[in-house]
Amino acid sequence: MAQITLKNLAHSYSATPTSDADFALKQMDHVWQDGGAYALLGSSGCGKTTLLNIISGLLRPSQGRVLFGDRDVTDAATAERNIAQVFQFPVVYDTMTVRENLAFPLRNRGMDPAYIKARVQAIAQTIGMEATLDRKARGLTADAKQKISLGRGMVREDVNAILFDEPLTVIDPHMKWELRTQLKQLHRDFGHTMIYVTHDQTEALTFADKVVVMYDGRVVQMGTPEELFEAPAHTFVGYFIGSPGMNLLDASVTGNVAQVLGAEVPLGAAYAPIKGRTQIGIRPEYCELSATEGLPITVRRIEDVGRHRIIRGEVGGQAFNVIAPEGSPIAADQTRVRFEPNRINVYADDWRVQGGAV
Amino acid sequence: MDKTQNNKAWFLILPVLILVAFSAVIPLMTVVNYSVNDTFGSNDFFWNGLGWFEEMIASDRMHAALGRQVLFSGIILAIEVPLGIFVALNMPKKGFWASFCLVLMALPLLIPFNVVGTIWQIFCRIDIGLLGHSLAALGIDYNYTNDALDAWITIIVMDVWHWTSLVALLCYAGLQSIPQAYYQAAKIDQASRWSVFRYIELPKMSGVLLIAVLLRFMDSFMIYTEPFVLTGGGPGNSTTFLSIDLVKMAVGQFDLGPAAAFSIMYFLVILLVSWVFYTVMTTLDAQETK
Repeated sequence: MAQITLKNLAHSYSATPTSDADFALKQMDHVWQDGGAYALLGSSGCGKTTLLNIISGLLRPSQGRVLFGDRDVTDAATAERNIAQVFQFPVVYDTMTVRENLAFPLRNRGMDPAYIKARVQAIAQTIGMEATLDRKARGLTADAKQKISLGRGMVREDVNAILFDEPLTVIDPHMKWELRTQLKQLHRDFGHTMIYVTHDQTEALTFADKVVVMYDGRVVQMGTPEELFEAPAHTFVGYFIGSPGMNLLDASVTGNVAQVLGAEVPLGAAYAPIKGRTQIGIRPEYCELSATEGLPITVRRIEDVGRHRIIRGEVGGQAFNVIAPEGSPIAADQTRVRFEPNRINVYADDWRVQGGAV
Repeated sequence: MDKTQNNKAWFLILPVLILVAFSAVIPLMTVVNYSVNDTFGSNDFFWNGLGWFEEMIASDRMHAALGRQVLFSGIILAIEVPLGIFVALNMPKKGFWASFCLVLMALPLLIPFNVVGTIWQIFCRIDIGLLGHSLAALGIDYNYTNDALDAWITIIVMDVWHWTSLVALLCYAGLQSIPQAYYQAAKIDQASRWSVFRYIELPKMSGVLLIAVLLRFMDSFMIYTEPFVLTGGGPGNSTTFLSIDLVKMAVGQFDLGPAAAFSIMYFLVILLVSWVFYTVMTTLDAQETK
């Protein structure tokens, strides 16, 4: 196992990239801790699979280096990197039994048969497939196949990292929970470095210790689920994480007061003068309808989702959501919305600005 | 649930029944008619029972033709299937050269059978043919018109040239449908080239391969035009395959009774072998799933 370092990494699918837009991955520097559970989260086409393929060695980056521990593996072939990958669609060797599938990577490496046997047995137990060891892999369900491909990765003791490329896409919803919980458990028990690519925030937030949010070929934030929720570093993170996402309003900020639509909104921190397009972001969870204070809001509809209600409305012509606890009264005269000052984030050209003490 | 009985639906398949009756059933019945009757001409028929069948089953001539036929089909399957797979594996997967290869491979399949025969007939002639003359110039004793082995080699090479691309194209289609992830997983598992072929490509190709083998078997078992044009069944009877022999008997000698019995048995043999092929291969497939 090893720490993964990405140095000045960038990748373009065109041979002669001229502008920034030609890069599927913009230049990045990151260190991924040994034994961490990471989720790469982003919408389709943001470059997360490209990044995964660079780490696994299926793609060579156009620039920069990839390091596993101290070893530079940029030019190393996939097989030399000792990584495992679980793909979007289950990849199993149809004509082999489950046992042969699990033994395959070890046999190709010329391991001792007695060791292979013991190891396969142990892995089968870990993934809960001892009973089906002698069945052909072809007739199994999608989730069983996905477990086999995970098992094929874990069967090697020296595996550097296990990569997951949207592994739950073809799995039935009720099995998704189970597999995800199993993955988390396996990570806790064996401490493999795991990198999990997904566009589903629930998957990312429940699986990972650290979520890496990608947007337009860039890593926009790397943090714990809590950090992503409380202090999104980029407006995309605010919008992408949370259901519904963060509300954004154009504002001008002076000190600890924001001017929004001609009204003053108190902030929890003081800001130096800001250049560029300034916005304030506030999560629907930290908004509250009021009859007297705050900005005027036009309520369009109220969705009751059981544990809370989502109020969909407009502030200054822009969509704006408020989450109200179940049972709290919503009256017709509550035409204003109030924010918790400490929960407001300030953005300049989509990037979060750090405030100082008031 | 009670189904409504409505036999009017039969009317819908009536046109097909009529068409098939005229195109297949009625002609076949004429053949059946000839096979159980004898005639001395002027349309006077008298009943001969299974006489022609017995004669044909016991005939050395038919045994020899059947033997040559089985040998021929066996040889070309043994060459074309592995060669077709090999070609498909080595064809480019995308880009200009992929299309180029596809067109190139499809060309022999588009040439009419008798033209193929003529091409090779001329190509291999020792007096004016490019191949035949070159071989002669190199001092190699080659002459397909009077050496049985040379005739066989020429016919087999011609059939391989004509039909390997069918196997290759079918296999290529099978290969193209394998998702890239399988190859990536194999790389990660450090699978050898042979393992990739044995455990990924071959299982995924097995469906189209079954069709390819069936098609090639049936076609080669019924081969007529190309060897007829190339060697006319000679030298002697050395390349007289079943259908060539059948035509000699029916059209050359006008032995309609024996020829009819012969063709019915010929038809049944092809049907039987194809059925056995198919059943064996699909049961193997079903067993694998268990």
